[in-house]
This record gives sequence, structure tokens and C-alpha cells, in this order.
Amino acid sequence: MLFPFSPSPVAPPRVVVTGAGIVTAFGIGWTLNAAGFRAGRAAFRPVSGFDVSRQRVKTAAEVDLPSVLPNTRLGARAIARLDRAGSMLIHAADEAWRQAGWEPAENLPLILGTTAGGMLLGERYFQQALHQPLRHRQQAVRAVYFQSQVQARMVLDALGFSGPVTIVSNACASGGSAIGQAWDSIRQGQTERVLAGGYDALNELVFSGFNSLQALSPTVCRPFDARRDGLALGEGAAVVALETLENARRRGATILGEIVGCGACIDTHHLTQPHPQGATTLTAMKQACAKACLAPEDIDYINAHGTGTVLNDRSEALAIGEWAGRHAAAVRVSSTKACVGHLLGSAGSVEAVVCLMALQGQWLPPELEFETIDPVCQFHVVREPREARLNFALSNSFGFGGINSTLIFRRWA
Amino acid sequence: MRRVYFAGMGAVSPAGWNAAAMREALDCGQPLPIQTMARPGWEQPLQVRWVPNPTGRLEFQAHPRMRRTSPIAHYTVAAALEAVAGLRGSLGKAGFRLGIVMCLQSGCVQYTNRFYTEVLENPSTASPLLFPETVYSAPASHVAALLGEVECVCTLVGDPSVFLQGIALGAQWLEEERVDFCLVVGAEEAGWTTADAVRHLDRHAIVAEGAGALCLCSDPAWSAGVELTAITDCHTYSANRTRMQAGAAMRGQLGSSTPVELLCDGIGGGSRADAAERAAWSDWDGPRVSPKRILGDALMASSAWQCVAACDALANGRYRAANVSVVGANQQAIGARFVRNPRSAASSRGDG
Repeated sequence: MLFPFSPSPVAPPRVVVTGAGIVTAFGIGWTLNAAGFRAGRAAFRPVSGFDVSRQRVKTAAEVDLPSVLPNTRLGARAIARLDRAGSMLIHAADEAWRQAGWEPAENLPLILGTTAGGMLLGERYFQQALHQPLRHRQQAVRAVYFQSQVQARMVLDALGFSGPVTIVSNACASGGSAIGQAWDSIRQGQTERVLAGGYDALNELVFSGFNSLQALSPTVCRPFDARRDGLALGEGAAVVALETLENARRRGATILGEIVGCGACIDTHHLTQPHPQGATTLTAMKQACAKACLAPEDIDYINAHGTGTVLNDRSEALAIGEWAGRHAAAVRVSSTKACVGHLLGSAGSVEAVVCLMALQGQWLPPELEFETIDPVCQFHVVREPREARLNFALSNSFGFGGINSTLIFRRWA
Repeated sequence: MRRVYFAGMGAVSPAGWNAAAMREALDCGQPLPIQTMARPGWEQPLQVRWVPNPTGRLEFQAHPRMRRTSPIAHYTVAAALEAVAGLRGSLGKAGFRLGIVMCLQSGCVQYTNRFYTEVLENPSTASPLLFPETVYSAPASHVAALLGEVECVCTLVGDPSVFLQGIALGAQWLEEERVDFCLVVGAEEAGWTTADAVRHLDRHAIVAEGAGALCLCSDPAWSAGVELTAITDCHTYSANRTRMQAGAAMRGQLGSSTPVELLCDGIGGGSRADAAERAAWSDWDGPRVSPKRILGDALMASSAWQCVAACDALANGRYRAANVSVVGANQQAIGARFVRNPRSAASSRGDG
């Protein structure tokens, strides 16, 4: 039963990551992505998925999606109904599942974050309904399969498990929120395992939305740079397999890292602009540190939300400075949105996997395009590839509507 | 484990802008009149049950946040404010922490349609005022901005069964002591794309719009005399579990109920769409209320109305227990059970 709850454990169990799947413009899978993020390459190119000839900005970090899906239990008919977002989700979920070595099971929760789900199908539905109003072919299928819960159900069918599906849509914090919610449910004793993550594909509506807000950079995405002029969009998916440490040890699983803290709060300053002083960003970071029993000086690397917009980066930089206090100068920060763009609903989950990669590989993801630090940044922005001793990494994600999410990861050695 | 009580409710529906108007329509038992909606490219209009215009300007519409918002934001805010009306004076003063769980299926379709139409015409002139409101998390953000003192917010998306998952998430926040009260809101607005899409899946459905909100608490002093006692598992549909099987499993978990209890179901009138839920409750011969049949199919708002109707009937002492059954369209079947607990309400008045 969802309610009443099972009695909470006396002490919350430790939650570890035993599988991670990732899809970005760097490619599909951990290896390609680790190499890309470690080098700090930028993966932007002209958008090919839809017409951008009349848009102010014409580039994004598109994924080269293979025409063949991984070998799962999905039949040809189901595969034909997947859109680009759903395909990326299946790739990421399959990699996480295989890496974790999980077997088909019942009552295994799936918690996913997304902002747009199957919007590409929704766009096709809308265009056909508008331009060919008497033609109904494929419309019923699109009306069902554009819905994110239906795409999530396809993950269950693909991997052969069943359980509750939760779709979190906290705008660009969705991926981080989904992982945070999964962490909470394991710690509360509601389940021993959760598959969690986020996914979003580039689509014309959302691209045009950010374009209309003039939030897209007409040059290059340079988070925390004094000359930054906007964000760049990308697409991708990331899924992590979370379980109790006890469960992972019992089955001899390889552990990729541990989630030790999570913070979440709401910024009501404005629908699309953060609090100028980063007040709620600070709250989320403090909450996560308190849950992890860590002080700011314990955090070795921050994967910032760092969109590259003037307002976001200023607000986040002030919050990090306030949070770190006299240790600010020693804090190492970068935003991997400089490499693969802003992945919206999947940003938090992809950046979570980047933190796990950095902790496991002991390196810092750089921003190669970074030139001049904004004076508001009291911290060190990582601008070249380098190795480093990392024990704890913190990841921030914020979204329209003011949802802030912070996750803290521990190296597993 | 903390117990979970219901502290207030709100509803906006085709019957009007409060829960009393909805109650009156449900008590009357007659489906509300059907209106029409133009559908581009068709001579024949689509059928709909709109929320009527409010009588006069609503107070919250003067708030700067609400200036350019869509109808779904108005419905959400109106239902939420009604649900916390009894707490408004106390929220800030007593340092109470409030959580908001927002549940949506279609979300802000009207602005999405308008914005995407503009994009197709010329993306370089598409309005930047519309786009932010198309985001699923916008309505919850507006409620949080109006109420202030909000600790945490989460927007869940899915079929109408997700409203009960939203209640479970709110209960979890109460259990973790993250919040003292949690608003759970389900809302939708009607648009021609939604009506068109629903028509592809159920020709008999009459699309509607509105919102329903419940305020949960764990302190019996704030209870309105209703307690949440159960939410079943999520019986997710899959390759191995049909909607019919999921509905039966949900019914099985709610256990046997006596005919003096109330059933608030999600039956609307479409024989195919309702088959699984009808089968699950085929042995039920007790009182039953089906808000969708009276008010129309407002997706997530419909399941919110079911819960509001159940809690309202218990709070008014009409039944001692009520089951809410939601056999969702394409995700899962979930049920919930609420019971009348007048002692908790009496204690708040000091006469218990």
C-alpha cells in the first residue's frame, strides 16, 4: 500500500548507485560521455531536427541517435511508437539496468523527470490536426504515446519489471528532483531499489520558447564568464539504479557512488527569474549539506546549474559564495552545460552522472570556452582538464517556477 | 507513523467556483448542460463543459503574478485558496510550513496551442509572454507565490490516478515532518487539442475543466473531521497487466466495504473507457457518486473532484467512510479510503 507507510527504519539506510546510463550529444553510454566531459569538449552543431532558419539561434547539442535500440523486450510495434525522447530514455535505462545487474522484478519504482516528454509526437499531432483536420491517421497513437507516463511504462516493458511510475515535472530541476525523490523513498524504507532519472529531447516548441525569451546565446555558452550571453540547448537522458548499501553488498554489486544529501525548496521571486541574491539556492545547498552532515569545505567540486544566462549565474554565484563563506576561493565549480547544453528535464540526472564519473575517475570537468571570470564569482571556475582528488561532489538544478534541487554524491572507493 | 487528516478542500468546476457549487451539482445528479468549442478546420464544434465566468473579479486576479496567466492557473489558485481558507490567518503567524503537490495530465494547453501556433507562423515573433506559462510547473509556482511560506513544491504528471499518488507524496512530506500542511491540487483547462485527442480515445467523453484541492495535515486539531486511512498500491498497466486486472487488484486492496459507505468512482459514461472500473465495482450496491458523469471529463481535475466529493460527504456527516476509485486511462489503477473521524474535529473546537 502507498499509505499507510511501512514503519520507517530506525536509521535511514545508505543509498548507493549501482548503475548509470547516459545519453548526450557526446554519444550513448558512460565511456563516450566520460571522455567528453573530462576533455570539456563542446558538442554543439546546427540543429537538424526542425527548421531553425527563422530562429535567432541555430545551434544546439543534438544527439546522434542510432536507428537501432538496445536489445530489450520491446516488440517492433512498441518500438515504432517511441519518439526521440522515448528512445533516448530506453538507451539510458537499459545501460543503467545492465550495469546494475538487476533482474526483472515486481514492485520496483520508476521515477523520471521530464519537461516535455513526447513533445515531438505532440507537435506532429498538432500540425496534422491543424493542417489536415480531416485526416485522423496515427492521431490516436500520438495522443497516447506523447504522454510521459506512457513512455515510462515502455521502460517497464523493455526491461521486464513492474512497479509504480512517477513523473516529476519540476521544469529544469526535474531530473534532480526525481533522483532526490527516489533517494527519499529508499531512506524512508518504502523500497529497497528505485530506477530514477530524467529525459528530454530537443523540440521546436521549447527551442522557440527559449529563443523568444532571448535566453539562447548567439555566441557560445560560457557559464560564469563575465561576457556570457545566454544558454545553449541540448538533449539527452540519464538514468541511475539506486539501492540500499545493504542490498548492493548482499548481491555483490559494483558501486559507482553514494548519494549522501538532497535539498529542495521553492523560489517564489518570479516565474522565470531566480532570486537576485540566490536566497533559495543557498537554502537547497544548506539542506543537502545538513542531510549529508557535511560542511561546505568538505565539498570538492560543484557541478553548477550554470546555464550561462546573466541572471541565473549571478544568483547562483552569490549563493555559492554565501554558502562557502571564507572557503569560497577554494571551491571548484564548473557547468557542464558549456559542453552539452541545457538538457532541461534531464539536466539534473545527466549532471548527477557527470558527478559520479568525476568522483570515480578523479577528474574535474572543465569549461574550455571560459575566458574572463565574472567578479561576482568568489570561487574557482574549472577551465582546463585536470585530475583532482575528489571525495564529495554537489550538483545544483533549478527550474522555471522556482524549484531548486541539490544533490550531494560521495566517491565510492 | 503519523496519521493524516483532511483540513480543507476547494473546487472549481463547470458547476462554479467553489466546492459548494460542485456539491450542489452532484447532489442534483443531473449532467450539467453541454456547451461547444470551435475546432479549427471543422464545421462541427466539439463538446465541452466550461467553467463559467466568475461573478465579478476574483481577488487573487489582482496579484501581479496572475496578470498574464492562463485559466488553469486561475482554477488552481482558486481551489487552493479555498482549501486553505481556514488556515490563512495562521500560516504565516504560527510559522507553519506548507507543501504543494500539483498534479496534471494535459496542463496549460491553451497557451501551448497559442504559442505553438505562433511558432508555426513565424518563430521569430512568437510571444515570450506565453511560453513560461506553458511549463507544467507554472500553476504550482503561482500558488506558492500567492500563499508565501511554502516549504516545498512538486509537480507530478500522469493520468488521473496520479492525484492519489500526489496525496501519498503529501502524506510522506507530513511523515518526514518537512511540512505541517500539504496542499494537493489537480487541475486542467479545456482546449480544442485536448477535446480532439480525448475524442480519438473515447467518443462519448465530454471534456471539462477545473480544479480540485485537498489540504492535508497531521495535527488532528486542524482536521475537518476526515482521516485518510488507505491508498492502495499503484497497479501499473504493463505488457503483463491489463487495465481490467489492475482495476480488480485495486478493488481487492480496498477490501470489502459495507453498503452504508460511499463510493466516489471515475465512471463517465463511455462503455469502453469505463469497462475496467465497472467490472472492479460490479458487486457494489451501496451509494455511489460519479463526478465525471455530472461535470464532464476534466482528466486530473476529475480525480481531484472525486476526492473532494468524498471528503465533503464525510465532513458533512453523510457517510462514515468513502472509497475513491481511479482506474486511470493509461498508467495505473489506484484507490483510496477516507473515514469520518469526528473526534479529531471536535478536539479542535475544544469540546472533544
